[in-house]
Amino acid sequence: MRTLYYILQKEFTQIFRNKSMLPVIFVMPLIQMLILVFAATNELRQVDLAIVDFDHSYSSRQMVAGITGNPFFKVRNNLTNSQEAEDLLMRNKIDLALIIPRHFDKDLNVNKSAEVQVLVDAINGNAAQLSFGYLSSIIGSYSQKVLINPLKPEYRQNKNIEIKPTYWFNPQLNYKFYMAPGILVVLITVVGMLLGGMNLVREKELGTIEQINVTPLKKWQFIAGKLLPFLVIGLFDLAFGLLVASLAFNIPIRGSLLLLFGLASVYLVLVLSWGLFISTISDTQQQATFVAFFSLIVFIMMSGLFTPVESMPDWAQKLDYINPLYYFVKIMRSVLLKGSNFTDIFNEFAALSAFAVSIFGLAIFRYRKTS
Amino acid sequence: MITTEPVITVKNMVKKFGNFVANDNLNFEVYKGEIFGFIGANGAGKTTAIRILCGLSTPTSGEMKVGGFDIYRQTEKIKQNIGYMSQKFSLYEDLTINENIRFYGGIYGMKIADRKVRTEKMLERLELTEYRNRKIGDLPLGWKQKLAFSIAILHNPKIVFLDEPTGGVDPITRRQFWNLIYEAVEQGITVFVTTHYMDEAEYCDRVSIMAEGRIVALDTPERLKKQYSANNMDEVFLKIAR
Repeated sequence: MRTLYYILQKEFTQIFRNKSMLPVIFVMPLIQMLILVFAATNELRQVDLAIVDFDHSYSSRQMVAGITGNPFFKVRNNLTNSQEAEDLLMRNKIDLALIIPRHFDKDLNVNKSAEVQVLVDAINGNAAQLSFGYLSSIIGSYSQKVLINPLKPEYRQNKNIEIKPTYWFNPQLNYKFYMAPGILVVLITVVGMLLGGMNLVREKELGTIEQINVTPLKKWQFIAGKLLPFLVIGLFDLAFGLLVASLAFNIPIRGSLLLLFGLASVYLVLVLSWGLFISTISDTQQQATFVAFFSLIVFIMMSGLFTPVESMPDWAQKLDYINPLYYFVKIMRSVLLKGSNFTDIFNEFAALSAFAVSIFGLAIFRYRKTS
Repeated sequence: MITTEPVITVKNMVKKFGNFVANDNLNFEVYKGEIFGFIGANGAGKTTAIRILCGLSTPTSGEMKVGGFDIYRQTEKIKQNIGYMSQKFSLYEDLTINENIRFYGGIYGMKIADRKVRTEKMLERLELTEYRNRKIGDLPLGWKQKLAFSIAILHNPKIVFLDEPTGGVDPITRRQFWNLIYEAVEQGITVFVTTHYMDEAEYCDRVSIMAEGRIVALDTPERLKKQYSANNMDEVFLKIAR
């Protein structure tokens, strides 16, 4: 134990003497929280829409007014033919085009049924569906209004099921509430995977590890010495990031912070060990960075941070059982937003613990004092 | 005091890197209390041999004992009993003299009081007491080398391995460095040193001359000079290496 004390003393001295360390510890969380949370959003705002109205009737103008009045759409209303609308779509000037044909008013009032055409730029399928859905709900509610026109009593009988949703855990559907916990996970993962590992490989590059390897220092002591300081820094960054998130976005902290930091410690042991394991098989910081980054990107993209795991193919979902980020993103979201307790997330905890212990063991096993 | 009690025994040591044979069947003993020199040109296999004896590298075959411990099975016991100074300076340059000493003293498990006494003595001897809170990276090379040697023997090992310890150092500092080596020997430490400076070969009790992975001569400098009818070790080396 006394040996470990000397190692930690040395590591902390070196870490805080390193001038690039303080910016990494303080600036990285600030940038990640303040920029990424805003940037990583699926929320749509200001969708560009062009309307070509061939009818110029009372009904068509009524409907267009309903659309232009909605702040969601930025409307170009001065188009004279559909070719113009297609050009605009082509040149990425608009996301949607609504084409109202001649006789719209007549069809609606005489034939009780009218058609409009919507062209959607569907390169981003998600955004396309969302903005189309929004536009069609505006048009739908206009058609409802026309149909239940009190002057036309025959339609008053129209039966309808109205759905009233109640959104739990995030009633305003605030996308930042959803992203901020995930970005926090990315933050401490980067700290964990890169800092510890880089530190070890640097000793290899400088040759100082040779002097360590001729001492009777135990392998686990050396690895623990590289792990613990960055565990502390990771937890500190989590606290700092959480503070920034709650000040800047008012994200709720519904669960126990003690539980959150306890689980974060397990998670950090896991990612730090992974970074250290990579370092034990690399000779240079370049090699280690490359492998760490590659695994980091795979873990992040598959974690369900940006895209729901449920929409991934079955095999990808199964692969996620060995993705530490998958578990921890889930834990962070449930503890912060739902207020989940230990029992609720026991499965995730068990999985993370099992991985943490085995990867830590692997890092120790793979560290060789003798080449 | 030189005895004939071996502290290092090497039998049929072979080290291959692929097809390249770095150590080709080495056999020798190092006696307790002597200064044993490994002389040879660059690439002769000196560093490979020293790294194997320190437990940094595994031999391809052979039987070796260091400090009475088997090199395969008792590696960690060997490490407690040896000191090592590598060719490449490898103390922490971003830490101060004091911090380096405290760290190495700590991981060798030295008692704090013992470490403090020895540290004071050592800094005084090196005339570095007033620089103890300087970062090692800021010191001149000669000071660094002397410091690296002193830290390598801080925990009072049985044997110290020095791999070209005076490389790139001026003649005066080299002389001072050898004085430190003699003082270590007086304390009872056996010194295993590699060098390619032939004047330093004269300072050794026994030297083994290596060429292309093999030991081509092993004896005291006096007897080698007589055998090859040479005036100094430089001539001996040139005659053997040709």
